[in-house]
Amino acid sequence: MVNITIDNKQISVPEGTTIMEAAASAGIPIPKLCYLKDINEIAACRVCLVELEGMDKLITSCNNVVKEGMVLYTNSPKVRKARRRNVELILSQHDGTCSSCVRSGNCALQTLANDLNILDIPFKQRLEDFPWDKDFPLIRDPKKCIKCMRCIQVCDKIQDLHIWDVTSTGSRTTINVTNNKKITEVSCSLCGQCITHCPVGALRERDDTEKVWDAIADKKKVVVAQVAPAVRAAWGEALGLPLEEATVGKIMDSLKRLGVDYVFDTSFSADLTIMEEGTEFLERFTKGELKLRPMFTSCCPGWIRFIKSQYPHLVPQLSSAKSPQQMFGAVMKTYFAESIGVAPEDIFTVSVMPCVAKKGESNMELFYKEYAGHDTDIVLTTRELTRMIRSAHIDPKTLVDRECDPLMKEYSGAGVIFGATGGVMEAALRSAHYLVTGRNPEPDAFKIVRSPAFGTGVIEAEVKLGDATVRAAVVSGLGNTRKLIEAIEHGEVHYDFVEVMACPGGCVGGGGQPIHDGEELAHERGKNLYFLDEHSKIRFSHENPDVLKLYEDYMEKPCSHKAHMLLHTDHNAWEMPRGN
Amino acid sequence: MSRLEISAPDRAQLVIEGLYKDLERRIESSPPGLCPVDMTRAFLEMCHTHTCGKCVPCRIGLWQLKNLLTDVMNGDATMDTLDLMEELAVSIMEGADCAIGYEAAHMVYKSLIGCREDYEEHVHQGRCTCHYSQPVPCVSLCPAHVDIPGYIALVGEGRYADAIRLIRKDNPFPTTCGFICEHPCEARCRRNIVDDAVNIRGLKRMAADYAGKVPPPKCGPSTGKRVAIVGGGPGGLSAAYYLQLMGHQTTVFEMLPKLGGMLRYGIPNYRLPKDRLDDDINAILETGVEVIHGKRIGEDMTIQSLREEYDAVLITIGASTDKKLGIEGEHADGVLSAVQFLRDVGKEQNPDLTGQEVAVIGGGNVSMDAVRTAKRLGAKKVSIVYRRRVADMTALPAEIEGAVAEGIEVQTLMAPSRIATDENGHVTGIYVTPQMISKIKDGRASVRPTGEPDIFIPCQTLIVAIGQDIEYQHFEEAGVPVQRGKISTQKYGGFDNIPGVFAGGDCASGPASVIKAIAAAKVVAANIDEYLGFHHVISCDVEIPEARLDDRPPCGRVNMTEREACERVCDFNGVENCMTEAEAKQEASRCLRCDHFGYGSFKGGREKLW
Repeated sequence: MVNITIDNKQISVPEGTTIMEAAASAGIPIPKLCYLKDINEIAACRVCLVELEGMDKLITSCNNVVKEGMVLYTNSPKVRKARRRNVELILSQHDGTCSSCVRSGNCALQTLANDLNILDIPFKQRLEDFPWDKDFPLIRDPKKCIKCMRCIQVCDKIQDLHIWDVTSTGSRTTINVTNNKKITEVSCSLCGQCITHCPVGALRERDDTEKVWDAIADKKKVVVAQVAPAVRAAWGEALGLPLEEATVGKIMDSLKRLGVDYVFDTSFSADLTIMEEGTEFLERFTKGELKLRPMFTSCCPGWIRFIKSQYPHLVPQLSSAKSPQQMFGAVMKTYFAESIGVAPEDIFTVSVMPCVAKKGESNMELFYKEYAGHDTDIVLTTRELTRMIRSAHIDPKTLVDRECDPLMKEYSGAGVIFGATGGVMEAALRSAHYLVTGRNPEPDAFKIVRSPAFGTGVIEAEVKLGDATVRAAVVSGLGNTRKLIEAIEHGEVHYDFVEVMACPGGCVGGGGQPIHDGEELAHERGKNLYFLDEHSKIRFSHENPDVLKLYEDYMEKPCSHKAHMLLHTDHNAWEMPRGN
Repeated sequence: MSRLEISAPDRAQLVIEGLYKDLERRIESSPPGLCPVDMTRAFLEMCHTHTCGKCVPCRIGLWQLKNLLTDVMNGDATMDTLDLMEELAVSIMEGADCAIGYEAAHMVYKSLIGCREDYEEHVHQGRCTCHYSQPVPCVSLCPAHVDIPGYIALVGEGRYADAIRLIRKDNPFPTTCGFICEHPCEARCRRNIVDDAVNIRGLKRMAADYAGKVPPPKCGPSTGKRVAIVGGGPGGLSAAYYLQLMGHQTTVFEMLPKLGGMLRYGIPNYRLPKDRLDDDINAILETGVEVIHGKRIGEDMTIQSLREEYDAVLITIGASTDKKLGIEGEHADGVLSAVQFLRDVGKEQNPDLTGQEVAVIGGGNVSMDAVRTAKRLGAKKVSIVYRRRVADMTALPAEIEGAVAEGIEVQTLMAPSRIATDENGHVTGIYVTPQMISKIKDGRASVRPTGEPDIFIPCQTLIVAIGQDIEYQHFEEAGVPVQRGKISTQKYGGFDNIPGVFAGGDCASGPASVIKAIAAAKVVAANIDEYLGFHHVISCDVEIPEARLDDRPPCGRVNMTEREACERVCDFNGVENCMTEAEAKQEASRCLRCDHFGYGSFKGGREKLW
């Protein structure tokens, strides 16, 4: 233990504790801006400066550890002056039109400037501008960027994709796409982790809410929405609803109140995915196609973008199943459209996703009979949904639980856990066990693939399915994924079936989820999904009556010709930029 | 009433003079990779402050040039702007009255022409292609990327053995480099901005002197692979060391009786005592390197035979033949190449030069080694004969000073013309043509004859030290690519057409430095490992002390002292004294820890493993 004095308070903390952590343990939160634990400890913003007795220069508290006998002041006149100056300087190069900023009210800089009571900036303002393709699902506004470098670090250290870098030098140093390229020319996975780790509004998703409002206003359009599993675990955070009150039923109610005609839960098509992907897996596994390399899940579009750009030769190992979003879109425009007697052209499909990459995925084309269009017309992130609710001035407290519309109302707990890392694998194993042995396993028989904590790399499991042993692996985060693939490619490990999610912790930690500066909530949100699964009346995808009815009435059986037409995709049908 | 006054600078002037010195040191430590447009703009602005204001081109023209440069920086320029800048720069160069104006414009002109692509990038893309590329200057500039802030911190804490362990992760010759490394790491040390570069080499010497015997790390499990290494110099031995640690069995073939290459047979004992060199070599051999002496490639074995017998072959034969003067009398008795002369001394076959006059031709480090060795062998008078000025010599300034202190004559601006011999064919002296320094071409002052008659410099031994070459004949015949007298490898140290054969060090780079040979050895060791189908990593588990958080006020640099000249010329013992512990502690505390403060904490600078 190390004994120090902070703001005249004597405390003892373990060796290796940073000054910032030590202060926090004594109930003294030191203001910070660029700091992100383990990811960005570069002391760039100079906001967390503190005074060390006996030293002229101030020191940063985020990246310096305590030493025995240190006497520190976190709020001395010298510290206050320097901290305030630094924030004023940052503001002099920040577009502070907060009223029209997506992060207003959830902005670390805004909060800090307010906390420090900065009312005037005594400096000339210079805002950097640079053209950006506003059609791309990820948008960067250089006028708001405070060069905290978090986006670079997240993309380098967590996602290992190196999309962002420092460009130019001297006073003009800034952040941009690496190697001076355009964002559309590089291998951005669209995971959106740079957005959720940006302290200000410099990075955001393309806002598509107006397009949904337009569709709602269009009398001819029947607006059909789906809500992804992970959304329910997080949407309430942005509206001030406690977890137990922020139910998926209330999301359905809010959508209806916004003017959406039909509402569904993507957990339904997650069940459908299990039927298709699980059947495909057993087929490929039994045929011995996975002896060399595993089959990879295909429900995460960030992962699809990653594999296509980084390991194009492994694309054939992907399941050909569409993601639940795309499957549902296809089903809405065919099976469902027919059932309500509306032409697919007049169906406007909206999905609410925890994800930015889904916006890219929805560009994928759907051809069915004479229809040519998209499975999903518009993808909203969880954040966009909450903004629509706010803009419709719906009081979240007045929302009530509402069931999904009929025909595709039911879903299993197995579908719900799709939103957490390991969920797809667990759901697939539950049904694969049934398909192989003809009987259900214990619902929680495969809980070994669940993540024990945030930041877990790879989870491996050997699972008995009848006589066969399936070697499964679950990974989330693209940096972890790259390591896993390298190990597979070097022959160090072998698996039959691998689930990959681009975002650490899975969709619950997705790039489209509500943002909490400096917090990683994926694991906590995931627990909520497992709770919901545990309390579901249906625990197995293959027992979802509406899915069974869909096969009976329309798709015939899993992996039938019709299912292939509508529920599977050609991953080579579109080009992904390769390399940086 | 006084008629005249003694002028004294006022206080402001003194402050500005001080700031000039600060700026000089800052420029000295400038990192590479900065935006040329931005730098040019800043330089120009400084130059413009010098204008006296009398003449139009300088007073107004430089200001307008700066405005145009600012437009380029702001993305407000077109290609016409660049044309206008160029025309304006030329007209100031041609029309300004004094150098303050025309040289400032010339700077802009040179930048515009030489960095054209960058200017155009600014015009077309509105941004710069440059980016800061030197997070930790010393580590970036060390060819082997030794963890310098790390070992300096360890020396500062008196953890000398740990310092040696950390250095060995990237450089298995810590002692040798502590004595004779050219220390490119010090060139842009950020401490220069405060006062002066940290004495990095001196601190390494300190670690080597105080660490005692430090065993090498344990080798990895045997891979069963065998690697032949041709040449037991610093490159070959470094590669052998890392390959052994990875678990491969290496065999070093050395044609000379002892290992060390130029370190033993080129660098005199007074600069690098052989017993200290042996400290490094013994640690390397402890990893299990096999050594076969007396074998010469091309005679006793061939690349082909080695390829058949071993899983991989590494060529590290160095550059051990000499360049010729190409003048009359070069083959006379008493005319030696520096390589031959120093090798004989290294073999302890000292020629007796007692009472002789010795002339050494050349101005490089090898020349300094030759003259100082000759002095120690009893020569009456030893002269350096050099065609340019002392300032143009490529030898390290400290080496030149050391030689001069030991009583070496320096005959500059003398170009060898012919060698005179006696009736027995023995050298009696050299005729040299007096030169005058002349125009600067490509940054280097050229010379031309003054027109005076040749001068005769009498000598009984003449040593030629004008560079080394590589014995590449066998390799060329064996199909190894050779270009301009060097073995021409790919960037990974191998050859696309001869898998399994690698080369590195002086034989591939041309005569360079020991640290460059070590750097090349790291590259080839890693790539041989990959070639053999492995992916071993070299790491070091020494924990590096946290950066201290105290202020770092200006403090003088501890320089190394030397033994008295009159005493040291009488023997071959080491010339340089080590620092004291108190000095080392202070010197280590001068390190600014760029690995922790500044860009280093963001973009790294510490390769924990390779």
